[in-house]
Amino acid sequence: MQTRRDMMTRSAAVAALLAGAGVLPARAQTAWNKAAFEARGVDAVLKALGIAKPAESPDIVFTAPDIAENGAVVPIAASTALPGVKRIAFLVEKNPTTLAGVFEFSDAVETSVATRIKMGETSNVLAVAITGDGKVLYAQKEVKVTLGGCGG
Amino acid sequence: MSDPMRIRAQVQGSGAIVRVLMSHEMETGLRKDAAGKTVPAWHITEVTAALNGKTVLSAQWGTAIAKNPFTQFVVKGAKAGDKITISWVDNHGDKRSDEATIA
Amino acid sequence: MRIAPLLGALLLAAAGPAPAQTSTADGIAQYRALLADGNPAELWEAKGEALWKQRRGPGNASLEACDLGLGAGVVKGAFVELPRWFADTRRVQDLESRLLTCMQSLQGLDAAAIAATPFGKGEQANVESLVAYISAASRGLKFNLPQARAEERQMYEVGKRVFHFRAGPYDFACVSCHGEAGKRIRLQDLPNLTVNPGDGVGFAAWPAYRLSSGELWGMQRRLNDCYRQQRFPFPGYASDATIALGVYMGVQAKGAASSAPAIKR
Repeated sequence: MQTRRDMMTRSAAVAALLAGAGVLPARAQTAWNKAAFEARGVDAVLKALGIAKPAESPDIVFTAPDIAENGAVVPIAASTALPGVKRIAFLVEKNPTTLAGVFEFSDAVETSVATRIKMGETSNVLAVAITGDGKVLYAQKEVKVTLGGCGG
Repeated sequence: MSDPMRIRAQVQGSGAIVRVLMSHEMETGLRKDAAGKTVPAWHITEVTAALNGKTVLSAQWGTAIAKNPFTQFVVKGAKAGDKITISWVDNHGDKRSDEATIA
Repeated sequence: MRIAPLLGALLLAAAGPAPAQTSTADGIAQYRALLADGNPAELWEAKGEALWKQRRGPGNASLEACDLGLGAGVVKGAFVELPRWFADTRRVQDLESRLLTCMQSLQGLDAAAIAATPFGKGEQANVESLVAYISAASRGLKFNLPQARAEERQMYEVGKRVFHFRAGPYDFACVSCHGEAGKRIRLQDLPNLTVNPGDGVGFAAWPAYRLSSGELWGMQRRLNDCYRQQRFPFPGYASDATIALGVYMGVQAKGAASSAPAIKR
């Protein structure tokens, strides 16, 4: 992990990729990450975001219902007391496009956010936290969906 | 012309809880209309929240954020009278910005 | 701790990491609790308030002179006393039919054309916003439909019969789904509407924002969809049959607190 991060930060081309992916901290509005938002599956999203496979962590507090009456609106929330977390990304494993959103936190806000997502079917939902120095942690929960909410 | 957002910002301790309801279709691009034609994707792509003009939170959204999105976050070191501004841009290039005063 | 306020605000039901599978009913309750704050119906309420006050139509008038039952322009408290009899039209009317009356008489808009407009479109969308605004002004108040006039009592009796009238290819009536306690369709509990189903349930929960379609449904649309689900022909918009059903259910719900506009699947 350490070696890879060193390699990544040394490589200008990769650094540019990370910058384009909007993962590096303290960035003003970057271009919308099309590749990440069109990727299908957790691994593809992580690859498009330029981050390595995250470690599960109890320090990421992830709230989601066990069952969603309708997949069109699923309330979720993530927060953490860990210092240095700059971004939280929400991924819905089985969605046609897995990445729902990425939130970027300045020092002026708490590292916590609640939002509502769409889920096409019962799936694992992940809250992936990325720190300023490239550590990636996650928490996940399976949410059962009784009626899918993505298409007609 | 989009409808105004509903922003509620309330002091809590030394900060403020901000709750935002946006009016937006958030079409996935997967849905078919009654005639069988696919309804094109139409969704918010970027969101920013500013406290007294300074960006404190930003986000990039895809099609899997729910229609009429609701977002809640907590601003540190905010007091009654401070201004919260929420802005969004969608994939059509439409924008919207609304402001609320922390109560 | 800074995490606690956010979680406390969000989690009204299950607390902390769920160890084992909670029951389905608990799961649904938790889902609904997590959505309780931030009802998109508020977007319609805001629009409705603007429409109420805006000069529109050939008459270039606002709806502020509209009498919803408590006198011209009185919005608060009106919703929980509808449907009721109105002297000017000499009819028992529900909220949507009364809005049609006012939109025509005050603003010069075409009530028949609005009634023929599909839900969610054009002036129908405006009616939905007005319904959200007007019902929100009575949130928490208890239903107390007047039954002092013979016409109001008659509509109650008609509504009771319509509620129990079996028809259509499946021989359904409203009572088939809403006549007993403890019934459910898939995961949705069906309130027994022949008795008072309680605060914020059944009649007291409409209009409502429907998460599944992201639309605000008034009572007229709710009834229209009930007819569809029973495989009945569609009722006329704001027709006497639908108003009568409103009187029946509203009187049965006497004393229940309104939660409209609520949030629904």
